Amino acid sequence: MSDLTPKQIWIVGAGPAGIAAAEAALESGATVGVIDENPAPGGQIYRALLGVMKPEIQSRVDALHAKGVLFLNQTTVIDAPAVGELTVKGPNGPERLRYESLILATGARELFLPFPGWTLPNVMGVGGLQALVKSGLDVSGKRIVVSGTGPLLLAVGAYLKQKGAKVVRIAEQAPAQRIREFTQRLVGYPYKLGQGIPLMLSIGATVRTSAWVERANGSHVLESVKINSHQEPIRCDYLACAYGFEPNVELATLLGCELHRGFVEVDETLRTSVPYVWCAGEPTGIGGIDLSEIEGKIAGYCATGNEKAAQRLMPTRARWMRFAAMLEVTYALRDELKTLPNPETILCRCEDVSIEQATEWNGSRAAKLHSRCGMGPCQGRICGAAGRFLYGWEHGTVRAPLVPVPLSDLTERDPELTNHTN
Amino acid sequence: MEVGTYDAIVVGGGIVGCACAYYLSEVFESVLLIEPGPIGGGSTAAGMGHVVVMDDSPAQFALTHDSQKLWKGLFSQMSDACEVRETGTLWVAADEEEFSHVEGKRRFYEQHGVHAEVLDSQQVAEAEPNLRPGLPGGLRIPGDCVIYPVTAAGWLLEQAKRRGTVVRQGKPAVKVTGGSVMLSDGSRYTSAVVVNAAGGHASELTPGLQIEPRKGHLVITDRYPWFVHHQLVELGYLKSAHEMSSESVAFNVQPRATGQVLIGSSRQFVGWDGAIDHRIVAKMIARAAVYMPKIAELSAIRIWTGFRATTPNKLPIIGSMPEDPRMMIAAGHEGLGITTSLATGKLIADLASGITPRIDPSPFAPGAAYHHD
Amino acid sequence: MTELIHILINGHAVTVKPGTSIAAAVLNAGTTAFRKSVSHVPRGPVCGMGVCFECRVKIDGIEHQRSCMVLCSEGMVIETDV
Repeated sequence: MSDLTPKQIWIVGAGPAGIAAAEAALESGATVGVIDENPAPGGQIYRALLGVMKPEIQSRVDALHAKGVLFLNQTTVIDAPAVGELTVKGPNGPERLRYESLILATGARELFLPFPGWTLPNVMGVGGLQALVKSGLDVSGKRIVVSGTGPLLLAVGAYLKQKGAKVVRIAEQAPAQRIREFTQRLVGYPYKLGQGIPLMLSIGATVRTSAWVERANGSHVLESVKINSHQEPIRCDYLACAYGFEPNVELATLLGCELHRGFVEVDETLRTSVPYVWCAGEPTGIGGIDLSEIEGKIAGYCATGNEKAAQRLMPTRARWMRFAAMLEVTYALRDELKTLPNPETILCRCEDVSIEQATEWNGSRAAKLHSRCGMGPCQGRICGAAGRFLYGWEHGTVRAPLVPVPLSDLTERDPELTNHTN
Repeated sequence: MEVGTYDAIVVGGGIVGCACAYYLSEVFESVLLIEPGPIGGGSTAAGMGHVVVMDDSPAQFALTHDSQKLWKGLFSQMSDACEVRETGTLWVAADEEEFSHVEGKRRFYEQHGVHAEVLDSQQVAEAEPNLRPGLPGGLRIPGDCVIYPVTAAGWLLEQAKRRGTVVRQGKPAVKVTGGSVMLSDGSRYTSAVVVNAAGGHASELTPGLQIEPRKGHLVITDRYPWFVHHQLVELGYLKSAHEMSSESVAFNVQPRATGQVLIGSSRQFVGWDGAIDHRIVAKMIARAAVYMPKIAELSAIRIWTGFRATTPNKLPIIGSMPEDPRMMIAAGHEGLGITTSLATGKLIADLASGITPRIDPSPFAPGAAYHHD
Repeated sequence: MTELIHILINGHAVTVKPGTSIAAAVLNAGTTAFRKSVSHVPRGPVCGMGVCFECRVKIDGIEHQRSCMVLCSEGMVIETDV
């Protein structure tokens, strides 16, 4: 590649890390494209409300557009067929893209753990319910229980209340003592404290700590939940329940990036073990929005040869990594959560495989082959993560297509390499 | 370090090894099966699970026919997880030339005791509405079946365990002789009979066996229970399977008990490289779409590859090594291991215990494969 | 952006704002059973971000589409519980 032609950088994911990476890569004069599954940029945290982004995010995206960054929305990476190439599927079908540097900013999904009744309709994720509200779900007047762990419970509780819902209970599994210690240490992060205080004022009264949902009741749809700290079931229309986050490492795994404890292994420049591939944000370690933004910038600089600019950000990254470590300790999952499911509770929701059926086998691969656990269209993303927490299962192998696609998308004979120029 | 003595040891927990354990445990007191990974986790997990009578050669016909009879004797006892479905096979003619051979094929099957029906153009369209209109016809073998090989292997081994078979999982066998098996951790088991049922890896344990891995791809869809009813195979399939060409694809579509559609098939000699070859997948799906245009609209949820254990004469190697009768081979089943596993296991048990086999074992004897070239 | 979108959910005409996902539209219409699981029990959306595949519905005749990942557009025909 010549130094005179701008480098072609593709960024996968248009959340906080992806947007920051695009901004940094542009500063180095690279040609930048951003691939994202959703209808609009923003990812989960900056997700637009009915297609309208927050003004501060809209202006950043507008600025990127103005400088020639190409956003491929509603576009999913389905394969990495050769070194330096991705196959993506967008509204116009599959196409192949060539990259000189690739930045993975694929974010995280929520960790869902099985308990009796977790498969009832209207039992959802915490970010999951918020995402649905942002895409038009009307929750005004609805009774909602929010449960699981982490600061997201408060943020979503307050958000739902603002949208007219009656948030009847927030059940946080972490103990009060650890949260108090965390709050005290937040003094070192005044801006985080500033975010937390209004949330507590809005919704704090409904929070119970050392509390978790033991069971969801209902015949065809959720009717109530039983929380460990309450005698009586709590009647509700929705349960939003998630136990923190699970990094999206499928594309990294397909590319051959080394993982460590389930996260993509990176050096301080956020370079992965695979040449020309960088990774930023949640897939390198769950750290939230601020760490994702910083890592996005570092990866954007380093992927374009501007290590000097990245160097200045390293102390800030270290600071937010310490914050992430605090979060990890505070909201560590308690062992009682492993005892919630019954033998007949479903583990694999795609194939309706029960805990009993799946755990008859030794390890996730034997369970998959013999019980069908993880054989469905989510490709083990939900039950595999639960199995890692419950039984220490290994990460499974990852194969293309990364998400189900129509067979016709696999028949393209040598689709042209698409040359995106703007 | 010697840790145990058995009447018979089976090396390999694929469907062939499990079938060997199933029948050996009927004639011997103590049987040991050794498998490094999950039961049925190799080629067994990668295959389609078609229990089919094939007429590529008289020996192949005898083995597949006998094996199908054995399967049908077990179906009523097998668990639901084995996903047994009597779908029948519909051999589809692409043109009048292919259709002109169908009647001869039917006669052959009928003369050898397998019911077969010729379907004309309209009957084929009625039997499988998602086939391309205007196909000249085909041959239906109503007795062919579909199973889920992994759980079927597990079920066979479960029955053997009830008769006392011991399973040692986790460590691979590294040295195999007529009288003993050594595992990678140094533990050594002795036995009067050792069966090498290590599939494509059999030649690593018994040097001189001519077995080569032949790679295949499969694609499975989400659930569309209405889409296809028979196992559909193009009449040109045998040609694709028989030729030792470096690469071929054929139309081969199977309805799973789950409602999923399983799409094959491809054959390549590329060593043990298990990577998905997108060009071959594209060719395979394009081939399927020639016969079933609507298949292109179905959602593909997974692609995988596997390796058939291929021999030069297209027949599995079953029986004792010429130089050491205690060293038996049950390997090299190419694309028919699911079908022929039971007849293989029965043949091994009969030969090992001195019972006269139900079919002529000579075409499968290890020597036969040596002499072929 | 203010033009309303007209869609059909299980044969009933529904009007939604632009930017509404099919999942949100179906829930707003009072339907909670998006699909039947393989053991024939009702399921609805969980992750809201295209990962879990629980919210699959039939959109314009095509089965197994993730309703949380598709925005409503004029004239769409949606069938649940297929």
